[in-house]
Amino acid sequence: MRKQLKKFAQFTALSSLLVLSACGGNQAAGDEDGESSGGAVKADIGVISYISGPGAAYGEAITNGLKLAQEEINGKGEVEINLVIEDSAGKQDQALTAAQKLMNSENVTAIIGPTLSTEMNVVGPEADLNGVPIMGTSTTAEGIPQIGDYVFRNSLPEALAIPAALDKAIEKYDAKKVAILYGNDDVFTKSGFDTMKKAAEEKGLEILTIETFQKGQSDYNAQLTKIKGLKPDLILASALYNEGAVIMDQARKMGIDVPFVGGNGFNSPEVINIAGDAANGLIVATPWYGEKEDDKVKEFVGKFEEEYGKKPDQFAAQAYDALYIMAEALKNAGEADRDALRDALAEVKGFNGILGEFSFDEEGDVVMDPTVLVIEGGAFKEFN
Amino acid sequence: MLIEQLINGITLGSIYAIVALGFTLVFGVLGIINMAHGEIFMFGAFIGVVVTSTFKGPLWLAFLAAITVTAAMGYLLERFALRPLRNKQGVSHLAPLISTIGVSILLENLSHHIFGPGNHPFRASFAEISFQIGSITVYLVQIVIFVISVLLMYALSFWLGKTKAGKALRATAENLETASLLGVDVKRTITMTVIIASAMGGIAGILVGMAFNSVTPQMGLSIGLKGLAIIILGGMGNVKGAMAGGLILGLAETFVVVYGDSGYKDAIAFAAIIIILLIRPQGLFGQKISA
Repeated sequence: MRKQLKKFAQFTALSSLLVLSACGGNQAAGDEDGESSGGAVKADIGVISYISGPGAAYGEAITNGLKLAQEEINGKGEVEINLVIEDSAGKQDQALTAAQKLMNSENVTAIIGPTLSTEMNVVGPEADLNGVPIMGTSTTAEGIPQIGDYVFRNSLPEALAIPAALDKAIEKYDAKKVAILYGNDDVFTKSGFDTMKKAAEEKGLEILTIETFQKGQSDYNAQLTKIKGLKPDLILASALYNEGAVIMDQARKMGIDVPFVGGNGFNSPEVINIAGDAANGLIVATPWYGEKEDDKVKEFVGKFEEEYGKKPDQFAAQAYDALYIMAEALKNAGEADRDALRDALAEVKGFNGILGEFSFDEEGDVVMDPTVLVIEGGAFKEFN
Repeated sequence: MLIEQLINGITLGSIYAIVALGFTLVFGVLGIINMAHGEIFMFGAFIGVVVTSTFKGPLWLAFLAAITVTAAMGYLLERFALRPLRNKQGVSHLAPLISTIGVSILLENLSHHIFGPGNHPFRASFAEISFQIGSITVYLVQIVIFVISVLLMYALSFWLGKTKAGKALRATAENLETASLLGVDVKRTITMTVIIASAMGGIAGILVGMAFNSVTPQMGLSIGLKGLAIIILGGMGNVKGAMAGGLILGLAETFVVVYGDSGYKDAIAFAAIIIILLIRPQGLFGQKISA
């Protein structure tokens, strides 16, 4: 029954796609007219995002950031972008289906997304094979842009973020002994753990213990009691914010008061919402700091809050910048052509967005300086 | 440190036990594995969060609301997912299992829709009460959880063994038709059982919310599967077995972390269950139903 339903859904999706692409075809014809009359570069950008399911908050932030950027970019009149948004539900197979749908549509010049690194590992090679430029805005695991020439990202990889946070924490607290805690059933948190372990070893820290947990677990007392007994100077936790916030809550209740150093998934205002005061002392490196004394940042935060009623997180900010980078590349390419766009993207250097100065290296990976933040008194502050 | 871990293990085990008691009650009477029990438990936790955090209500009200809502859900579960399948010609004995799986999927997605994704903190001042013995911090909630689980176990044993309703229930479990011939209101007995089991799930939900300060729409699944493992370990349909099984699993999981590798937590705990079952296939306290 379910299978039939699925088939039916696929069929409807397919047929509606046909109708859609038919409409798109007309539009494209119109576009060419528009272009020749000396107007903007018009392009469809496909978006694959995690809109339903347990991580729906990521998808919501990302699509909100994109929509805000789209509005502004189209308002300027140099480039006209149309977003075609698809849901991946955080699942590899669904992300791939969505990607194939977008790639098969002639008008989609490039794809932004998908949300998770696990999804990108499946979608990236496919996009590369089809020659569609694809840019991750939240894929921070090792090796994403290395998938191929057409794969880019503007999200700060863990390999840059974690050592930066760790460095500052060691300096400030004179840390020598650390305990590591990570989720062992998620590619993202596992990759974060590998980076943490490597960074800790390189800095000559003594690793007292390595503990694991699984997604959706609610009781971390056993692991934390063990860590408490070993008296570390720092706890390195590679966790998503949902689990991470609960871990901090239980740790503080138990009387563990040492700082936590987290990866990118831990970096969310939700940590403060969930854990309250227990979140104090979490150190993360982030490309995005909303309180920065910068006009662009202030303007973005103001507009975002007005539009969506909450403060933008890093996922919204990265998505916002990503679309601007796309627009910049489209403008330089001068036409909505996939190959021309790829070449233009690869040449983006010193782009000045809300995340700071941004460049792609020769592999399509990120070159930028992260900001290290710490939670103090219930808010993220710059860590010095 | 050892004592702290012991307390952790007993707390976890007591929670498992309360969940397993709900399973065992329904299985003992109806011979049905109620896969929706974990999700009803999750709903109980969410009702607790809504009452204490959103409406700033007192804790007793949260318990009352959770018990009421989960009991009502138990009634609806029996009325619409189980009763239509009972005593029908040609209905497979697996049909009720499948329909409860359906209910569990429905409830998980429903709570996702109503309460939203992610973790919901449980802000009750009661959960903050603790006292210090040496270097050990003991939370009152941990003690309450243990006491409630023991109380529930004794109350259930007493109810099943000594009261008229309990005897009617056991008669129903023995043979549905004979019990009804002897004047037991079978329909009512079954409905009561499912309602009581569900309300116990609701209580467990609030206790977990308070102890771990973490409530998510997905929490029902893993705890439901563990509850299932526990009733097999303790002996299907056995009240004391559910209690013992819960404590064994909770302690085993905790001590694997203490002396071994937390990555093998579930693996070793379940390997222990397999070994016990190889030695005692009927479970620790295995008979058909408890006395």
